[in-house]
Amino acid sequence: MSGHSTYEPKTGFTRWLDARLPIVRLAHDSFVDFPTPKNLNYWWTFGGILALCLGIQIVTGVVLAMHYVPNANLAFNSVEHIMRDVNHGWMIRYIHANGASMFFLAVYIHMFRGIYYGSYKPPREILWILGCIIYLLMMATAFMGYVLPWGQMSYFGAVVITNLMGALPIVGKSITTWLWGGFAVDNPTLNRFFSLHYLLPFMIAGVVVLHIWALHVPGNNNPRGVEVKSKEDTVPFHPYYTVKDGFAMSVFLILFASFVFFMPDALGHPDNYVPANPLVTPAHIVPEWYFLPFYAILRAVPDKLTGVLMMFGSIGLLFVLPWIDRSKVRSMRYRPTARLFFLIFIVVCLLLGLCGSHEPDDKIFANLAGFNLLDSNLNSYTWLSRFLAVYYYAFYAILFLLSWIEKPLPVPESISAPVLKAGKKG
Amino acid sequence: MLRKTTFIAASVGLVLAAMGLGAPAMAATTQAELKSVNWSFEGPFGKFNQEQLQRGYKVYHDVCSACHSMNLLSYRNLADKGGPFYSDKYPNPNESPYAKAIAMDFMVPDIDTDTGDAITRPATPSDHFKAPFANEYAAKAANGGSAPPDLSLMAKAREGGPRYIYSILTGFADAPAGLMVPPGKYYNPYFPGDLTSFWNGPGKAPTGGFISMPPPLTPDRVTFDDGTKATVAEEAWDVAAFLAWAAEPHQEERKQTGFAVLIYLLLFSGVLYASYRTIWRKISH
Repeated sequence: MSGHSTYEPKTGFTRWLDARLPIVRLAHDSFVDFPTPKNLNYWWTFGGILALCLGIQIVTGVVLAMHYVPNANLAFNSVEHIMRDVNHGWMIRYIHANGASMFFLAVYIHMFRGIYYGSYKPPREILWILGCIIYLLMMATAFMGYVLPWGQMSYFGAVVITNLMGALPIVGKSITTWLWGGFAVDNPTLNRFFSLHYLLPFMIAGVVVLHIWALHVPGNNNPRGVEVKSKEDTVPFHPYYTVKDGFAMSVFLILFASFVFFMPDALGHPDNYVPANPLVTPAHIVPEWYFLPFYAILRAVPDKLTGVLMMFGSIGLLFVLPWIDRSKVRSMRYRPTARLFFLIFIVVCLLLGLCGSHEPDDKIFANLAGFNLLDSNLNSYTWLSRFLAVYYYAFYAILFLLSWIEKPLPVPESISAPVLKAGKKG
Repeated sequence: MLRKTTFIAASVGLVLAAMGLGAPAMAATTQAELKSVNWSFEGPFGKFNQEQLQRGYKVYHDVCSACHSMNLLSYRNLADKGGPFYSDKYPNPNESPYAKAIAMDFMVPDIDTDTGDAITRPATPSDHFKAPFANEYAAKAANGGSAPPDLSLMAKAREGGPRYIYSILTGFADAPAGLMVPPGKYYNPYFPGDLTSFWNGPGKAPTGGFISMPPPLTPDRVTFDDGTKATVAEEAWDVAAFLAWAAEPHQEERKQTGFAVLIYLLLFSGVLYASYRTIWRKISH
């Protein structure tokens, strides 16, 4: 927290430096002596895990860029050159490709944790919004990165997503042409995607700095959602949380490595090992798993423009979440009704992902005939994703209403209080 | 909530009414369930069988390469560590007599640096596999309009990988009565397709699709140097294994590295957990 710094330079050099650029002091106050609530659970380790993910992606990405060629005729083969001829190129590329999935897995857990424990509520609104910006930047970066190998799914993924802009009235077509750098997804598109894919991670890193800054002003939220009241409630970040985060990172890396070394293509699509061919459209165009829920919302709406707006709106709502949920109680531990709707919300997000991975007309229950409602069979993923999309939006409305209706359980006075009581009883 | 729901219902309804959308009758692609095959390279401990890779290369060389390119491979790759013709004696694949001998049989285009004339010369291990056709148009023209796909990544570029390759190669079947097979096409239940419009028989159209490739393998189509009997199943099994190696030559190295990494991470996690417990011992939380 800003204010009283406990850093004392011990050597002549650090005293000299501290009077000129107090960078060691900054690091000390931010990552060593920083008072952190002592009751953080393992869901709080994902912040550190995400920093690790970003670091891994940047390091592997910079090395890949040394060997990759952003040219429509050479890109696919240059990736295979990395896989076959570059020393440990297969490993670097598999880490980078699976790293994107791991990054999103961690960020989704991090976001759900933030919602469950009310980490977006005052005074952490800016912290939350910065997180939403990071998430948007991540989505853009991941999308453009997936285009770079220039396989079939890269190419047609780029075609589908850039065409979404065409749904905008009047300016849509011009914007699409401007994005493409021509009249179709082609070499200019690949070139600018490579340029931006290299740029955006550093913008993410910049916003991460702001995110951590905004975290260190009010300090961490915690599972009880009550503010830190005394020194009793906190421990210094180091060594208490460096070791706990370190342990969690190491366990996370076990999962990461299992994918990289034993099922590196499990999260990818076979079609992306076919070089891009604009004349042959793949049977099913599907995005990577982490975009599937949004893809399902997009396809749930028959009108393209409305679908696009619904899809972006589903992310946009996250930005205003601090002003939707007005409940004074942060943690859903003490909000049983909100918790119930939140758990349904998680299931709905997962099911939306399932819908996104299926063809819209696929039957949900293979043996059930079903019947047509409006434009499609009720027993199809189209209708399922419509119901789920309605709940996705309704969840925010429910949170808004619950702010007034819900009677929360009694909230503990402080972080230490319940622990001390339990200690006395025991 | 109610407002949102009404809004969505209204917008859906409006759009439908305006556009008069009906559900188009979707063509359903069908494919028979792939045959289950045992591979030596499956699972975390799996390794390629070098003799099988050699037999597989022979099938590719004698049969497949008449129409299918493998542009991502060079002759030297055959003598790479883990490859079909690797030998401890020749750690540098470019110096492998096997790679040299295999390459020498192919004449590749080049430019004479003294005269600037276009010439052909025997290939060296560093040359890429020679493609059967000069370009995609030539490949199309010689194959009834559909170019045979490059096989370098075939084992990764199809759902099921080597199982798919094996199933296609051994899966050619006589077309059921009532199925109109267009000229130059062959019925294969493992090739994804939709045969509804070609079906005159009773009930549903048969599973699978039409493939432009005639059944490539016959018994004794190749003679294996190790005396293995060349049945269609054996040839298909071996060439699928070879293509699995070719699609990811570093597969064995990947798994071996993976074990070292996982063991390290497990031990490291254990150490960190112990440290965590020790450091937090005195904190009640």
